[in-house]
Amino acid sequence: MSTIAIVMMLVAMVVIWGGLALSVISLVRHGNVEERTEAPRRDL
Amino acid sequence: MSTTADDATGQAHGERRRGAFSSRRVFILAAIGSAVGLGNIWRFPYVAYENGGGAFLVPYLVALLTAGLPFLLLDYAIGHRHRGSAPLSFARLRRGTEGLGWWQVAICFVIAVYYAAVVAWALRYTFFSLDKAWGSDPEAFFFGDFLQAGDVRITTDVVPGVLLPLALVWLGVLAIMALGVQRGIGAVSLVFIPVLVLAFIALVVQALMLPGSGAGLDALFTPDWSALTSASVWAAAFGQIFFSLSIGFGIMITYASYVGRREDMIGSGLVVGFSNSGFELLAGIGVFAALGFMAQAGGVGVDEVAGGGIGLAFIAFPTIISEAPAGALLGVLFFGSLVIAGITSLVSVIEVVISAVRDKFDTSRLTATLAVGIPAALLSLVLFSTTSGIYVLDVVDHFVNQYGILVVALVSMLVVVWAIRALSGLGDHLNVHGRPRVGATWRVLTSVVAPLGLAVVLVLSLRDDLGAPYGDYPSWLLVTFGWIMVVALPVLGFLLGRLPWRPGTHLDGPPPGSDPTAPLHPTATPADVHDEGDHR
Repeated sequence: MSTIAIVMMLVAMVVIWGGLALSVISLVRHGNVEERTEAPRRDL
Repeated sequence: MSTTADDATGQAHGERRRGAFSSRRVFILAAIGSAVGLGNIWRFPYVAYENGGGAFLVPYLVALLTAGLPFLLLDYAIGHRHRGSAPLSFARLRRGTEGLGWWQVAICFVIAVYYAAVVAWALRYTFFSLDKAWGSDPEAFFFGDFLQAGDVRITTDVVPGVLLPLALVWLGVLAIMALGVQRGIGAVSLVFIPVLVLAFIALVVQALMLPGSGAGLDALFTPDWSALTSASVWAAAFGQIFFSLSIGFGIMITYASYVGRREDMIGSGLVVGFSNSGFELLAGIGVFAALGFMAQAGGVGVDEVAGGGIGLAFIAFPTIISEAPAGALLGVLFFGSLVIAGITSLVSVIEVVISAVRDKFDTSRLTATLAVGIPAALLSLVLFSTTSGIYVLDVVDHFVNQYGILVVALVSMLVVVWAIRALSGLGDHLNVHGRPRVGATWRVLTSVVAPLGLAVVLVLSLRDDLGAPYGDYPSWLLVTFGWIMVVALPVLGFLLGRLPWRPGTHLDGPPPGSDPTAPLHPTATPADVHDEGDHR
């Protein structure tokens, strides 16, 4: 493989798989928002 | 007297009846399963190679970030906020737009009918790989022995070798659909997606070990920077992102409606979008490493063996499998991956139709599955298990993609953004629990960049098709299964939109309790909402 092809392959891997890793980390850190089950407001 | 408690109870009942994914993880896997399909494996590598190689990365990423992800989030917002299938979500968004949802449903029905046939071919080829049944001439085997394709004319001559696997695919898929959102689609995604990723990683490792693989990767990643000045290269990038993300034709709206109200749809969308592209990159490496081996074995350049679509899967890969060490394993991994990726995408496409039928006609899951599945399966068997199946499939696939999906996505986007100006409310909905927040940039990308990108892709495609008949097929075939079909779909969609909703269906705005900040009724916990069990 030529140097430029190796560089482009690495750039693609870092950007796309790195983007995936970052988005997973961000989602996990943000965490679940618990579904609350308090009694509903009653508007009569 | 109506109370919010009554509304919340009704909403909880409605969500139980429709079904839902049990967790965000299941939803993300199902959405990845929908996005990762045959196109990721057999379309992306060749599109990238043909449009600048390594340089294609630039327009590809621009398209992903400026059009693909913003559009994906728009779909999520529509479905998640309005808690319904595509027609119901559009009807709740604005009554007059319901027909757009049915147009999307009609397109999904057509796609399901032919997509199953390709999955059936891949299923058969998984077993052919074991003894390399194609012999020394995979092309003659595929068109002759396997499909028994003759002249371009419509026939009723059934090919048993296609009929049986196709029937099997439909039986399996309909069983999944009948089980419901969580126990069917969710459970299959939980198993199939990790298996698919592992199988494809194994394939890539094996392909990289083959002699000549470096030459294949060299061909794929060597950049042609001059390509960046070509409009067609940018259009190819937008087209690839758009087609591979399953956006704009109801799938993501439907899936998002099955997600808990308080989930982070923005973060989930980013994971799905990057997962889809991550798999495409993996596929590119595996496919071109194998093509490099094929070129070296044949003593030719990679440019002479590079290809995409059906030719890559059913002609080039069998050649590689025949010549590679441990070729049978490579074949099982490749065609097995196609089957898995195809099935998870196929169920998402059929779910759009089933969900719409359930919402509109208040039927049970089983009834809707049979009402949708039996006609689809019969049509699929009649059209695609015959000696003329390959021609009809090629034409329908081309036209439903270029002028079905593309047009409905563009029209839907323009209507939502510009005609009824719903973007602001949808963005606010995403931001309640979503991170990172969407703001003015997202609104600009969704209202200007994404529609513009789609419009350019559409115009270039139209120019090509009007310039020369697609695939050199005869006019009657292109008119019947191409132009008439794509015109009939919106007409059918808007007619279906005229049918009355089941009594009590909430229309005109998001349903009660769909606001993510609103409290849930005590009876509606995530645990009891996630599976319908509604087999009345």
